[in-house]
Amino acid sequence: MRTLTKRVFNTSRATAETTAETDQSQEAAMSEPLLALRIESESTGTGEAFGRLEGDEPVARDTVTPRPARENSRHAQAHESAIKHVTGRARYIDDLPAPHGALHAMVGLSDVAHGRITRLDLGAVMEMPGVIDVITAQHIPGHRDIGPVFPGDPMLADEEVSYVGQPLFAIAATSYLEARRAVKAAVVEIAPLPPRFDPVAAADAGEFVRPTHVQMSGDWQQALEHAPHVLEAEQFVGGQEHFYLEGQACLVVPGEDEGVTVYTSNQHPSETQKLVAEVLDIPFHAVTVENRRMGGGFGGKETQAAPWACMAALLARRTGRAIRLRLPRAEDTRATGKRHPFHNRYRLGFDDEGVILGGDMTLIGDCGHSPDLSEAVVDRAMFHADNAYSLGAARVTGHRARTHMASNTAFRGFGGPQGMMIVEQAMDDIARHVGEDPLTVRKRNLYRIGRDTTHYGQHVDQYPLMVEIIERLERSSDYWQRRDEIRAFNRQSAVIKRGLALTPVKFGISFTAKHLNQAGALLHVYTDGSVMINHGGTEMGQGLHTKVCQVVARELGIDFESVRISATRTDKVPNTSPTAASSGADLNGMAARDAATQIRQRLLDFAAEHYQFDREGLHLENGKLVSDIGAVTPAVSWGELIQAAYLGRVSLSATGFYSTPLIHYDRDSGQGRPFYYFAYGASVSEVRVDTLSGEYRVERVDILHDVGDSLNPAIDLGQVEGGFIQGMGWLTSEELKWNDDGRLLTDGPATYKIPTFGDLPPIFNVELLEGHPNSQASLYRSKAVGEPPFMLGISVWSALRDALSSLTGYRVSPPLDTPATPERVLMAAEALRAGPANVGASR
Amino acid sequence: MMDHESNPPDTEAPCQSSGVTRRTVMKVGAMSATMVPLGVMVPWKASAQPLDDKRQPAPGLAAGNVVEISPRINGTRRTLRVDARTSLLDLLRERLDLVGAKKGCDHGQCGACTVHVNGRRVASCLTLAAKVDGAEVLTIEGISDGQALHPMQQAFIDHDALQCGYCTPGQIMAAIACIEEGHASNAATIREYMSGNICRCGAYNGIVAAVEQIARSVREG
Ligand code: FES
Ligand code: FES
Repeated sequence: MRTLTKRVFNTSRATAETTAETDQSQEAAMSEPLLALRIESESTGTGEAFGRLEGDEPVARDTVTPRPARENSRHAQAHESAIKHVTGRARYIDDLPAPHGALHAMVGLSDVAHGRITRLDLGAVMEMPGVIDVITAQHIPGHRDIGPVFPGDPMLADEEVSYVGQPLFAIAATSYLEARRAVKAAVVEIAPLPPRFDPVAAADAGEFVRPTHVQMSGDWQQALEHAPHVLEAEQFVGGQEHFYLEGQACLVVPGEDEGVTVYTSNQHPSETQKLVAEVLDIPFHAVTVENRRMGGGFGGKETQAAPWACMAALLARRTGRAIRLRLPRAEDTRATGKRHPFHNRYRLGFDDEGVILGGDMTLIGDCGHSPDLSEAVVDRAMFHADNAYSLGAARVTGHRARTHMASNTAFRGFGGPQGMMIVEQAMDDIARHVGEDPLTVRKRNLYRIGRDTTHYGQHVDQYPLMVEIIERLERSSDYWQRRDEIRAFNRQSAVIKRGLALTPVKFGISFTAKHLNQAGALLHVYTDGSVMINHGGTEMGQGLHTKVCQVVARELGIDFESVRISATRTDKVPNTSPTAASSGADLNGMAARDAATQIRQRLLDFAAEHYQFDREGLHLENGKLVSDIGAVTPAVSWGELIQAAYLGRVSLSATGFYSTPLIHYDRDSGQGRPFYYFAYGASVSEVRVDTLSGEYRVERVDILHDVGDSLNPAIDLGQVEGGFIQGMGWLTSEELKWNDDGRLLTDGPATYKIPTFGDLPPIFNVELLEGHPNSQASLYRSKAVGEPPFMLGISVWSALRDALSSLTGYRVSPPLDTPATPERVLMAAEALRAGPANVGASR
Repeated sequence: MMDHESNPPDTEAPCQSSGVTRRTVMKVGAMSATMVPLGVMVPWKASAQPLDDKRQPAPGLAAGNVVEISPRINGTRRTLRVDARTSLLDLLRERLDLVGAKKGCDHGQCGACTVHVNGRRVASCLTLAAKVDGAEVLTIEGISDGQALHPMQQAFIDHDALQCGYCTPGQIMAAIACIEEGHASNAATIREYMSGNICRCGAYNGIVAAVEQIARSVREG
């Protein structure tokens, strides 16, 4: 079930933890799994081609740490909170003990998708038992609009409502139940206005939350005119509810001056600090925002955790009491935005081999009622409309349609997955058209020499890696042998059809808003030698804090256990970026490393003088100060060194900073290098479909994924597995349904189908690509891993189309909107049976 | 509704009413005679818990709805006055500061609140506190002796069976029950009998591996 790589790691780590008494035995225990992984890398042969050459920025000189003897970062270190998690002692927001007299807040939501508020009478609410305070937009002393990037998100609706679930008022009561009951006593009258739920109609009518953006490479019209073949098709790609298992929650404590301390389940503490301060009309320094960990975020707490903190903060200031706010699950799903649904179109020209010559793609993102992050989300969809393939001379247009829905927001992949879907559909369609296996056509279209620049002008670094990943996966998954078997099976089987697909992922890493690509860290060494690191990133299960502790331990040559991380707080590291865009470890790890490097230099400088050692050759390793030059110097323990340095009046605290080099993008020309590097991966999925009922099973999945030099293989494997499962859920079972009034019907796990244990493919082989460090000077040549694996799930959807296509002898490429629920699969099968004329992409 | 109202506080009456049966576990097999019970009934922080909590229930509730219950929670008998409508989850979290069980959905659909009542796993958000009068309640805080981790806890760490950790306490309680019920003979069975516990982070592979490992060691003694 689990891959050998993974098993090797698990076993060995347990061994190391239980038996390692001395450094020697630990070394021995560790060397084995590393070897096991190395075998793979040695056999690849092409490793050199992607070597450590392009360290073209100042950070590069330190990229290879001198003699990281124990290579702490390479350990498959368990999650830093693992023991707390398994004992139930890890505290999430709602687990925090609230100060005496804390009140419970609850929010009143709109039942109408679009309309004018004609009456908002909260007199009866005030009279309800336990109610202490009630607020509406009128009570906000500062900014009423809390749009994170662009205006458009009133904290509480004022005159107009724009979606079902929009907050109208908030209350504070002495208990949670009383607060819930009291909200229902409100008298709300809203004069309805015509709502708009169709993003395509909105786009046709020019109803946008942000202007349309276009990227172009070459003469796409001429390419279409001269292409031997042209296909066009449309697709609908559904949205997705985050369903972070810990819902939106915060605890706000009023301070002794005009400010507040906000404990919040939140991916972007700095932005919440800003918004809370602006709502209260107080300086930013009066607001402190803290997050120790989240029970899942996935993007849903990047901008959309802030409103609740703002409301609770206002109630806290008005009542002078602490406020706890936790949205009930159904309200959480109604009030907050989701992954953007997209309507995509392509019109592409290609040659007889199926190689794309050029064409036109249009992506319409359903943004909901306000901009939120939609500008960047649709941009990222456009940046990924090529996925791993050269589009030739192409135009890509992205629209941001305004509808009367909750404002759709960040969600793992941030539009990238939706953009990739259109070109993956095209690959299948083109393959059927030219009569080739879709994998053959995919491989022919990959970026390669002479076709190595994207439609937005970025050179695709490391493109040979994509080829290598696909070819290795082709072999390890027996793709072609299984293809033959499946074809034979499908010829014999009238109803049950099997499908197989291999799809690649190339995902750009960096925030596309350049200024967000910065991070800070704060490192203290205490006189007992214990180390405290703090940084701007937040922990939501992705293992960021674990990785950052590993970085610090590695730089200072000390045990992982000697390094502790504290909650992310805006008064420790200021002006931080959201933990998003997979960049948490890339940015914050680098900042932590910067801080640790400064401390190390200081300590070594001090030691050279204090102990009269040769500065050259001094380093920190295994909890000791060691010199390997000249005469044998007695090792000084880390603790002694720190004591001596303290007495020698050396500062044992440092701030670190990092900003990503090289990136730029010009929105006017639609050209630039928005990404520092790309992460790659590929997956093969096999499905078995009952074409008379539409029911299907995913039978086997094989994944090979590139994380550069992994910072922590155990965590990275978990991210790859989890990302795949979440991506598969998005494209298969997770269907969002609204009624005609715009009310979300799928507001809980009973109706909204998140993958469960039963959806786990029975055969699930996941492997990390080894031996290919990042070509850029990233953190120890690692690569981001949070988002890219999400898109590996596309292979399941493509495999379903493959199974359906077999109904026509693989001549027709059936349209299959997502999520490809059994209902949709059945409808596609019925359409195919009714005759190829009814389906498929056509000229 | 008040099956156990007449029981004297110390009766160890089994709580077999439908209210405590998990939606997802249709039939619960009797614990195999050879199986080592994994749930050790030793309180995690017994010293920190007052033995009798006769605090009044939250204000604003009609006095007629208050019932007195005496469950044994993580091995310690507690006598409590609770609103009859209070869920076991709220009792644990809000009154007893046992916040290990999480509120993921409050509707019996996610499994984050899984605890054991008389050795059987229940969704504590769907279980009335009044129903556990006289019953044995075991939560994540009670499965280890405070010194060493329960083997299942260690297995979750060893197999990286967690990411954000929010589902983890519920998963571990379900996993222990899954083995005690005899529903852990192979990966397929484990997947089926764990399917009431959602992990949004998708750490399923690791969880199945952890349960398989413990099931194996239980089988092999
Ligand atoms: S909180 Fe009880 S099952 Fe979800
Ligand atoms: S670890 Fe996050 S929900 Fe399971």
